[in-house]
Amino acid sequence: MATEFTVTLRSPEVSVGTATAMKAVFVRDLKTAFRQPQDLLNPLLFFVMVVTLFPLGVSPEVSFLQQAGSGILWVAALLSVLLSLDHLYRHDFDDGTLEQLVLQPQPLFLLVLAKSLAHWVLTGLPLVLLAPVLGVMVHLEGNSVAVLCLTLLIGTPVLSLIGSIGAALTLGLRSAGVLLSLLIIPLYIPVLIFGTGTVMAASEGAPVAGQLALMGAFLMLALTLAPFASAAALRISLSNS
Amino acid sequence: MSEPLLQAVNLECERDDRVLFRDLSFSILPGSLIRVEGPNGSGKTTLLRILAGLNDSYSGDLLWRGKSRNGYREEFLRNMLYLGHRPGIKPLLTPMENLRALMDGRRLLPDKILWQALEGTGLGGFQAVPCRNLSAGQQRRVALARLLIADEPLWILDEVFTAIDIQGVAALERLLIERVENGGAIVVTTHHDLRLPSMQRVTLGGGDGYGY
Repeated sequence: MATEFTVTLRSPEVSVGTATAMKAVFVRDLKTAFRQPQDLLNPLLFFVMVVTLFPLGVSPEVSFLQQAGSGILWVAALLSVLLSLDHLYRHDFDDGTLEQLVLQPQPLFLLVLAKSLAHWVLTGLPLVLLAPVLGVMVHLEGNSVAVLCLTLLIGTPVLSLIGSIGAALTLGLRSAGVLLSLLIIPLYIPVLIFGTGTVMAASEGAPVAGQLALMGAFLMLALTLAPFASAAALRISLSNS
Repeated sequence: MSEPLLQAVNLECERDDRVLFRDLSFSILPGSLIRVEGPNGSGKTTLLRILAGLNDSYSGDLLWRGKSRNGYREEFLRNMLYLGHRPGIKPLLTPMENLRALMDGRRLLPDKILWQALEGTGLGGFQAVPCRNLSAGQQRRVALARLLIADEPLWILDEVFTAIDIQGVAALERLLIERVENGGAIVVTTHHDLRLPSMQRVTLGGGDGYGY
């Protein structure tokens, strides 16, 4: 190891901006994920398979699918997000990058927010993009396909943000899967009810602005509160490891 | 005498109904090296994690530049560098990307400096190889590259000499000595026979350390 590096001790005021640090976290998560594409494809394949198997398993009739379609899509999306949650912090925890994240001199909840956003871009957003195709497959009509995508667009970030709390809390446990589901699914239920309800209302021609606004409120609530809870949960999990 | 960077006052930590240490007080002064000693399981890593702010299950006080650390968390973190057992290296990323990700939250440096730091740790030519293709020692060296470009006055290093070859150990020792001479403060745990001038020791696991 060469020692020709001369580094002067820092003045305590020098610091990197929070936005830069958040971007660094976001970029690293995306890079890491794209180096291991099978982890990315897993939830997507799950989503597509569940939606494809439903007509085969239950009934391919148009009237049934129109009735159940939005529910099937929403449940599949919810479960596939749940499927990907365990990876959110697990690898970082195992290789020590999480320790370094917690020790960064920026507010931890903002770094956690950056991680949650990266998680949404990697799992939620692809689901939203796939939804129109699958929506047509289950015979959702014109307007309700658009509404379905809109509800998923608003709803999936909520799933990522809330899920991040559960993932952080169960980090120290060896088999976290079951507990994670038990913790998180009750919190997912309101999102699911409003998500499918909005699409149902749209397919009956009722106005949906109110329900969409409520989902927007969910998103705002999750955006402002979930990162704090996740950051606190991460500290606890690391403190006990 | 200069002002201590970090002071531990009557630290006590219990883990699994066992007292790891009690009434532990010491000061970390600029330009000093503290070696935390003790047998396996005596709480060396726990102590270092408490000092770094990763572990909150302790009683007693930690003072950062004379003030309670809890109120100055961000200032403390800006001035402290911690390297743990787990080096914080992502196996899927290259050394360059890893170093960039680790540094970006702390100090923005041009690529050239990072590249040179990796060369300085003996990873010249490996900067763009995914870390999972590197050996354990090489992966540790990626984390150690941070030490070459770190300007934090306080370093907390847990088992830094693990998996490093003889030449690497010698170079790292030189780096630590140089650092201390320049006014840095270092806390280390190691089973390696470290002989440095002006080394303070904090010994754990002796006397009432075991509360069986």
